[in-house]
Amino acid sequence: MNRIPRALLAFHAIFVLFMLAPLIMVVLVAFTSKGYVSLPFDGASLRWFRAIFDHPEFIAAFQRSVGLAAGSATMAVLLAVPAGMAIAWHRFKGREALLGLLLSPLMVPPIVLGIALLRSLSQIGGSGSIAGLVAAHTVVVVPYVLRLVVACATGVDRNVAHAGESLGASPATVFWRIELPMILPGIAGGWLIAFITSFDELSLTIFVASPSTQTLPVMMYAYIANTIDPLLASISTVMLALTLGAMFLLERLFGLERVLGGKA
Amino acid sequence: MSRASFALPYWLSAPGAIAILALVGLPLAMTFALSLHPFLPDGSVGGKLTLSNYEQIVSDGYYLAIFARTFALATLVTLVCVVVGVPEAYVLSRLSSRWRAVSIVVVLGPLLVSVVVRTLGWAILLGNEGAINSSLIALGVIDAPLRLMFTFTGVVVALVHVLLPYMVLAVWASLQKLDPATEQAADALGAGHFTVLRRIVLPQVIPGILAGALIVFALAASAFATPAIIGGRRLKVVPTTIFDQFLNELNWPMGAALAATLMALVLSITMIVNAFVERRYKQVFA
Amino acid sequence: MAFLEITGLSKAYDATTVVDSLSLSVGKGEFVCLLGPSGCGKTTTLQMLAGFVAPDRGRIELDGRDITRLRSNQRGLGIVFQSYALFPHMTVAQNVAFGLEMRNVAFGERCTRVADALELVHLGAFAKRYPKELSGGQRQRVAMARALVIQPPVLLLDEPMGALDAKLREDMQFELRALQNRLQITTLMVTHDQAEAMTLADRVVLMNKGRIEQVDQPFDMYSRPNGRFSSTFLGKANVFDGRVGAGGFVVGDTTLPMGPSDVTGDADYIVRPEKVEFCDHDALVRGHVLARAFQGNHWLFQIKTPIGTMQITQVNHGLPLANNGDEVGLRWAPASALVVNKEVLHEQS
Repeated sequence: MNRIPRALLAFHAIFVLFMLAPLIMVVLVAFTSKGYVSLPFDGASLRWFRAIFDHPEFIAAFQRSVGLAAGSATMAVLLAVPAGMAIAWHRFKGREALLGLLLSPLMVPPIVLGIALLRSLSQIGGSGSIAGLVAAHTVVVVPYVLRLVVACATGVDRNVAHAGESLGASPATVFWRIELPMILPGIAGGWLIAFITSFDELSLTIFVASPSTQTLPVMMYAYIANTIDPLLASISTVMLALTLGAMFLLERLFGLERVLGGKA
Repeated sequence: MSRASFALPYWLSAPGAIAILALVGLPLAMTFALSLHPFLPDGSVGGKLTLSNYEQIVSDGYYLAIFARTFALATLVTLVCVVVGVPEAYVLSRLSSRWRAVSIVVVLGPLLVSVVVRTLGWAILLGNEGAINSSLIALGVIDAPLRLMFTFTGVVVALVHVLLPYMVLAVWASLQKLDPATEQAADALGAGHFTVLRRIVLPQVIPGILAGALIVFALAASAFATPAIIGGRRLKVVPTTIFDQFLNELNWPMGAALAATLMALVLSITMIVNAFVERRYKQVFA
Repeated sequence: MAFLEITGLSKAYDATTVVDSLSLSVGKGEFVCLLGPSGCGKTTTLQMLAGFVAPDRGRIELDGRDITRLRSNQRGLGIVFQSYALFPHMTVAQNVAFGLEMRNVAFGERCTRVADALELVHLGAFAKRYPKELSGGQRQRVAMARALVIQPPVLLLDEPMGALDAKLREDMQFELRALQNRLQITTLMVTHDQAEAMTLADRVVLMNKGRIEQVDQPFDMYSRPNGRFSSTFLGKANVFDGRVGAGGFVVGDTTLPMGPSDVTGDADYIVRPEKVEFCDHDALVRGHVLARAFQGNHWLFQIKTPIGTMQITQVNHGLPLANNGDEVGLRWAPASALVVNKEVLHEQS
């Protein structure tokens, strides 16, 4: 057991408090009984949660965000899993360059990519469309899926595929029965991270979405620009609860440490 | 197995590569091209190529101030993240697994929460009637509320909160590659605890610190939501200015030029520091 | 023709020849060990036999059929990998059943054969477990069962005991040999452990730098090594540089006795440590004890002599026959010594 100096432990406690402070604030304000941003000192109330139902546009935006996230995560998996297997399991010319290319969206500031896609999509008349949004989000989350798949696939003992082959399996059988099941945790974790990233995405989406295709974060941002209202806090609290659920799932599937390592 | 289709990896990666080229490479190229066109007084985009947008950026004090503020912001946020993130990563790596699991959720979990939610929390905290001011007034430390919202300081605090997890992760990854036996060896040779940290742990972790600092810097310089919400309309940084140009002024060429400049600056700084780290530390960590 | 006939097998990577024109005949039911130091080409040879690496030149014939160009999934050989390579997402039973599934064996028959195979390796109770729940030794047995259940003509083993601790390794060696005897399956095993090769093999194929140095039964290879390398790789040996003279073998100022031999000129003189004994008179060389180590059933001595440092082993009869620093005389029977031609250094081509 490593001994950590008392001072550092105290520092750690303050750090934890700092990280949690704004989130705790949001959750507390969500339960206020008053009509403005305040802490629920006079008793908690669910009025602002009920108020969510008075704003169908938020519910619609939420559904849109969920659909968009699921769609782009799935598309990203379809693109990144084959590429990830190729990169992890084969030596071929251009492998490094390919990896760099597929990870390149990470190097582009979301806002820059946002305006770039706005420009391109408006040229082909696709700006503001759902298809354009899905395409944009897919490309943003591909690197996250790829990193996890490559990490998982690299850890697979290549001899296992050889063993399958020596026992009489064709290459297709080796893929479906042996290789794919072994990287399934990486794929599932990648899908989940992609989903979360897409759901939370703001800076790029602001440019690529139109008022009729607004996602939840974009709608919240627009709302905040006008006023800060406990309604936002209650919506945020719901989002936080869902995020906690997703984190729990990630921990079960893959181990939170490894997945979050892939997020940064 | 070399006999399996030689072209297989190429077929497997083609869809992904094409998607990236079409949706990232091409749009970026088009945007760069757009930045080379003038914005005409009637609101349309002119035909001939010109560097006028870039000339404006480097000569107009307005834009220069915005770039200066953006990079000052990024530098300050990075410094704070280094000072705070490194010790935290160290603590994380030394915690017992039960506490570590909880700490990870708390420290890194915010990465999974939308930036809007996190910034909303800061907006609530920093406001004139926010928790910070209220408690300081209640404790009698100050008489009137401090202006924290819509200030540079407020933006720094909120950005630090958003970007700290990246720093902690990078340093932690570096710490995990550290052989704990090296600390024990130094200890057995008579070094005190802080000497061990300073002379043994820190030097081995510097590549991780630099990597984290680069990520934080790049993200801070490109941050949009946090400076927009906490900084407000008056505290302009490059990303919010790009937003203005594109969606308010509709001056797409200028917006494109600003975006290209931002990206070029961030990428150059990243590459220079990376090259430095590689050269300096290659023989140690090859 | 032998059951497994390997002719002129060669493999080179870039400029390095890894396997150089290797030829070998393996009889049906024989247990052959490919033995040699790292980099000698034994594993590459096995991989070529398995079908994972394509040879540059050469032929492999199994029971009269040329399998050189066949893919590994068409050869039907049983393979046990060093890392066992079990399918982590399948149970023990599913792992073992996999090869039978690929051969479209009916479900009922599959279950029976899997159960039998697991009984053979004493793992009947572990059928529903997953590999990660098993110990190293158990995983190795699952790998074995998986390879054997398909009733392959040849069993290929790539250092299967490498990851086991010493005691377990010994037990597994005996089990493996017993199993092989029972099933009479032709077996080729790669190992770098000479003691293991001597324990298990009907014949040992000693390899070095891509070539075969010697092929022999363990006892014969040990008694009559064909050169310096063979004598020092399989067991320990005292090897002296010198030349064949009129009265015997001349090393420096000393002449050592030798039996009848065709060798002339510069040569190597080899005598095993256990053939040397301490004596007071009639010593062939004299020297003093440099070091002494107790190894359980014998003592190992290092003696410094004018012709070089010699290693002697003495069976443990209760007390050591000499102490550190003692002046001693050494002798051995002329017939115990072997005189061989100097080896031509194999260059990497």
